[in-house]
Amino acid sequence: MFGAGGGTSSYQEIEEADVVLLWGSNAREAHPIYFHHVLKGLDQGATMYAVDPRRSSSAKFADVWLGLNLGTDVALANGVGREIIAAGLQNQAFIDHATAGFEAYRDHVEPFTLDYVEQVTGVPAAAIAEMAHAYATADKAQILWTLGITEHHNGVDNVKSLCNLSLLTGHVGRWGSGLVPLRGQNNVQGGGDMGALPNKLPGFQDLTNPDHRAKFEAVYGTPLNPEPGLHLTLMFEAMEQGTIRGAYCIGENPADSEADSAHARKLLSGLDILVVQDIFLTRTAELADVVLPSSVGWAECDGTVTSSERRVQRVRAAVPPPGECRHDHEIIGELARRLGVDWGDPTPEELWDELRSLSPMHAGMSYQRLADEGGLQWPCPEMDHPGSPFLHGWLWEDDLGGRPPAPFSLTDHAGPKEELSAEFPLRLTTGRALDSYNTGVQSGGYDNPIRYGDALDLNPDDAAALGIVDGETVRVSSPRGAVEMAIRVQPDIPAGLAFTTFHFPELVDINTITNDEWDRESGTAEFKAAAIRVEKLRHG
Amino acid sequence: MTLPTNPSGAASEVNVNLTVNGQSVSVPAGTTIHRACERAGIDTPTLCWAENLTPVNVCRVCVVEVEGNRTLVPSCARAVEEGMVVNTDSERVRHSRRMVLEFLASGVDLDQAEGLRRWLDEYEADPGRYDQDGLPARTVYEEPKVQDNLYIRDYSRCVLCYKCVEACGDDAQHTYAIAVSGRGFDARISTEFDVTLPDSACVYCGNCIGVCPTGAIQFKTEFDLRQASDWRPDEQTVTQTVCSYCGVGCNLELHVQDERIVKVTSPADHSVTHGHLCIKGRFGWQYVQPVDAPTRQRRP
Amino acid sequence: MADLSISEANADAIEQAAVDAVLGDQTAEIRETERLVRAGTQRRRDHRHLLLPALHALQNAKGWISPGGLNYVCRQLQVPPAEAYGVATFYDLFRVDEPDTIGDVTHVCVDAACQISGSAERQRELAARGVTVHRSPCLGQCDRAPAEFVQAVAGPDRVDADSQPYVLPQHGDSSLRLLRRIGVVDPNSLASYQAAGGYEALAAAIAMGPTAVCDAVAASGLSGRGGAAFPTGVKWRAVAAEQGRPKHVVANCDESEPGTFKDRVVMENDPFAVIEALTIAGFATAAENGWIYIRGEYPLATRRLSEAIVQARAAGLLGENVAGSGHRFDIEIRRGAGAYICGEETALFASIEGFRGEPRSKPPFPTTHGLFQEPTAVNNPETLLNVLEVINRGADGYREVGTENSPGTKLLCLSGRVARPGVYEVPFGTTLGEVLALAGGISGDDPLRAVLLGGAAGNFVLPDQLDMPMTLEDARQRGTTLGSGVVMAFTAEVDMVAVAVRIAEFFRGESCGQCVPCRVGTVRQHETMVQLQQSGALTEQRRELSDDIARVMADASICGLGHTAASAVGSALRLGLLGEGPGDGGVDQGRLP
Repeated sequence: MFGAGGGTSSYQEIEEADVVLLWGSNAREAHPIYFHHVLKGLDQGATMYAVDPRRSSSAKFADVWLGLNLGTDVALANGVGREIIAAGLQNQAFIDHATAGFEAYRDHVEPFTLDYVEQVTGVPAAAIAEMAHAYATADKAQILWTLGITEHHNGVDNVKSLCNLSLLTGHVGRWGSGLVPLRGQNNVQGGGDMGALPNKLPGFQDLTNPDHRAKFEAVYGTPLNPEPGLHLTLMFEAMEQGTIRGAYCIGENPADSEADSAHARKLLSGLDILVVQDIFLTRTAELADVVLPSSVGWAECDGTVTSSERRVQRVRAAVPPPGECRHDHEIIGELARRLGVDWGDPTPEELWDELRSLSPMHAGMSYQRLADEGGLQWPCPEMDHPGSPFLHGWLWEDDLGGRPPAPFSLTDHAGPKEELSAEFPLRLTTGRALDSYNTGVQSGGYDNPIRYGDALDLNPDDAAALGIVDGETVRVSSPRGAVEMAIRVQPDIPAGLAFTTFHFPELVDINTITNDEWDRESGTAEFKAAAIRVEKLRHG
Repeated sequence: MTLPTNPSGAASEVNVNLTVNGQSVSVPAGTTIHRACERAGIDTPTLCWAENLTPVNVCRVCVVEVEGNRTLVPSCARAVEEGMVVNTDSERVRHSRRMVLEFLASGVDLDQAEGLRRWLDEYEADPGRYDQDGLPARTVYEEPKVQDNLYIRDYSRCVLCYKCVEACGDDAQHTYAIAVSGRGFDARISTEFDVTLPDSACVYCGNCIGVCPTGAIQFKTEFDLRQASDWRPDEQTVTQTVCSYCGVGCNLELHVQDERIVKVTSPADHSVTHGHLCIKGRFGWQYVQPVDAPTRQRRP
Repeated sequence: MADLSISEANADAIEQAAVDAVLGDQTAEIRETERLVRAGTQRRRDHRHLLLPALHALQNAKGWISPGGLNYVCRQLQVPPAEAYGVATFYDLFRVDEPDTIGDVTHVCVDAACQISGSAERQRELAARGVTVHRSPCLGQCDRAPAEFVQAVAGPDRVDADSQPYVLPQHGDSSLRLLRRIGVVDPNSLASYQAAGGYEALAAAIAMGPTAVCDAVAASGLSGRGGAAFPTGVKWRAVAAEQGRPKHVVANCDESEPGTFKDRVVMENDPFAVIEALTIAGFATAAENGWIYIRGEYPLATRRLSEAIVQARAAGLLGENVAGSGHRFDIEIRRGAGAYICGEETALFASIEGFRGEPRSKPPFPTTHGLFQEPTAVNNPETLLNVLEVINRGADGYREVGTENSPGTKLLCLSGRVARPGVYEVPFGTTLGEVLALAGGISGDDPLRAVLLGGAAGNFVLPDQLDMPMTLEDARQRGTTLGSGVVMAFTAEVDMVAVAVRIAEFFRGESCGQCVPCRVGTVRQHETMVQLQQSGALTEQRRELSDDIARVMADASICGLGHTAASAVGSALRLGLLGEGPGDGGVDQGRLP
């Protein structure tokens, strides 16, 4: 199936690409070692277009930076698609062979003329056309994105708009071309692979499919609930509605990481029972009734994680967990025992082998092979299968391997949910800094010379208009709340835009002002676009 | 529709035949003499060469004699040619290798250059003979630079192999915080105007440390333990695992002494990292064993 | 690009203006609108070669390169400051620390010819007058020892030749080939050059076609005059055969071998000939890009060549359609900044490209991977001038003088204790004694002690070699070299140990530092010579060490600098010129024929 699973390409492929569209990603800081592969490609002559509202440290490596208005990605992508078609540069043979819905797409993007898109996005028409032509005529081209695409109320539409471009040009399903969503956490891919999704069983097998369920029920020896569960955002809605009264939270810190976090904390506090299993007493754990101290997944435990290129790799215990901390699987097993089911004491490898027996795409990945071959990329269905560097090669096969053709999607420009107003005239967006990570639970543990804390980056003109100087502490408000934080005057931020990281919630509780509007398909909140006001502090 | 091929395993395997120390060797075209020697079971000393860096062939310790060449050639960079006759153990080769090692040992502190020790013995290097007649040989001595919590730079140990410059620049990090400055014996690895690392472009990826063969740039943790005479590499374990920050999947090697992580490296031959990491992977492990973390509570 | 991290130091208006004057609108980053910026790897690469000219501009503007000035250049060219600093500190003519007083600096040569002709006294004299003096390696004015070069602030650099018309010692000699226009043609006038037959060779070459030009050069037996004596025709054919990539021809005018000044004399007095010959090289190899890399200490030659290019361009002899041939060719000049190593062709490439002048390993060779990794032919001015003779006379006519294996003539740089120092042109085969006689014989009352052939990278010979025919083959057979044409005479009263110490110091100072054998070897060699100087004799251990050092430098260095760094000193030791050994006492053999 086209449109499910993971990034289509291997890291090595970007080194051989001719054109790279880096779209809504600051990989230089958020995925530094992936960016090394990008840099090899650039050194070997690849042309990179960076699409980002701010000229991030990644965008500075680009041949062309296109600073679009925040939240206008669909318009830009549709404009690129229209320009490709208008110039006759689409790969018609590929479209006819492997895709469905091209005519509807063509008609749908027709209004996205260069002039219109320039007006919506703020990017000069000539640059849009240039990027469209470069992408369409490249031998090998990839689109890379991260949360700049997905953390919007219409994140799924954003992704679909980009996928359309690859279908239009045939830049998918072959070596060097592809669609690469970069994963933010070391096992966000693996979590999905293992079925930690509301509607999936391990290996992206469908919970609602009785045949799939039956296989698992046979091995697990118990019937499975066929009803899909809730994703995190819906869980909070359910808490609000009172249909969820208890939660068991493993290795997640929603009290800091949720958009409009003050609201999230209130809901968590109101639960009948909250159990938190973590390596630290996080802000979420502080709200818990029971805290189960666990161990560090990559340094104190054995197991596997899966990377952005679908590479399953071994993690191993190097140091013992301190005090009474125990491994996650032991804690869960002990809980099961207390609930009356004895799973024994399976080793991580035994658990993995059980997974392999149930998930065909992992079947060929023994611990031995994972160790010997530096990890393996799924699907890897047999012990003699080499793993899969890229996905969707079937799009180029004569009979599509019996699969339905890849569909074009129709998407519309919808801008950020929260409109700017006289009261909140600035656009706030958030992202990562190189040395830190998420809410700082882990990265807060070390100090370093490049750390500057969370500060609000502001264009010099905006700062001047507000009478604010570099380093000054200001009050930043949104319709949901306010924080005090320092200003960094940055010439690389366009006027009207403000940017901050979110790594020090104890110091700057930034998610109390971010927007919790969320995408109905993905459940992801619009962290990337809130309306704010910046004010000088009154000194008494 | 033609199915595009996956060229990742491509490269036509045309073989080249050569002789190394009288032994016939057949290797794929494009192989370096150094690799060909390896194939033939001949160990070659290297210093500036690393498998994850572009050969700069500046140290000249790997030189070999190739028939028809007026001078010795660097085996790490020179590709094999059909019919090449290579000698790695002639008097001429031994002399040059010995002299290179002696030259370095006469001016640089090689105490921590683990990989060079056996070669100094093998080639009977005698660095003492440069200090004669009350005229001491010039050295590169200077005080270690301790400017932050993560790195130290001790250029008394620097052999100017360019590895750190390559790792900081073209071959990995593309930050270019350090470069070679000056000329001749006065050439040094330096930031612009010798500003401190915190004032430079350095982003503390530690990839310079990862490739330094002599301890001229090292982890502050290692430096402190060495200062306290408590660095015990023989008692350390090295465990390969995967970094916990972001989804790239960088392989880490955790060096553990007394159940504490003391440094982090990455395997040079791994397809994800090629031995290179970012600041988080290299230094972000301290929460596992918090000591004085300012904003975190101790583990329960 | 890099994570360009630039400190807060800013350039002042003078520095900015100086840099802007060089760069114009050539910047690696272009901000088209507030939301559209063009930068990236390719733009950065395309602009990097402007770094050296920009550093020159800063140095000249303020007498040093300040952090603010460097930052400005780094921003315009998107060069990381650490790299730019590394480049700036590579060159003698740049300084990165603020001088106590900002003003002109007088460089006084301390190498052999000047060393034995009052360099130290001259330095003292100048210093006493309050002049800022810098000890300099050979300035290429050995015929004017002790030589000086004034590095100016906010104005043009100066040499004595600026105001003193050059008089060729062989003026009026009708057998001259390469030097025949000197003193005859006005070096500032294309018309004057053309009136003397200038640009007839280019017209003839165009009529012959590129292949025939390469054939003629090959048939003439012309070989490179820089020291390596590589056949020019072979080099040109190799570049001509390369297709599909931009190609370059480079005039290597970085004449820095101590004792060498012939190319300077040619460039100062016959600049159009260099331009014409380089244009022919471009035509013959189908290269569109010509470069002149000239040492920073040659300001007059630089001015003359620049002016010649302007006039040639105006006359259609450079540009889109060279002399109506349909061939596109133009020339850019790059000034070196005080680094002997940049005369090594691969170091020269690195220097033009805006990097430290560090040599590269060969292979790959410049004919396939030269300037910007593209096919390149490098020739020095003397070699290029010979090409004009080959075209004008035909290969057979060219071979009428010289020997079978060394056809043609050779420019020799006579200096030291000779009566009339200067550049002399002689047919290959003329003996060393005849050459010295041409220069008026030995000067002063003391007998000849030794002759340095080929410069610091060459070696000494004793007076028993005065019968040696000056050919490549005879030099080789006698274990010496003609090198770049240095013939420097030393008489018995000269302190040869001091000369040897200085030669060792020269290499120590000029080693780029890249490879271990040369970086450390040149220091250890110098230490050895200092020991000799202090104690009057080498210990047995030091002598053994000296041989060991010499061998590893010759065997294992990357480039010619290291390969030859022990050559002259070693020959002096072997010949007993340093007060010991079998050759000692050769002082009274100095009788000229």
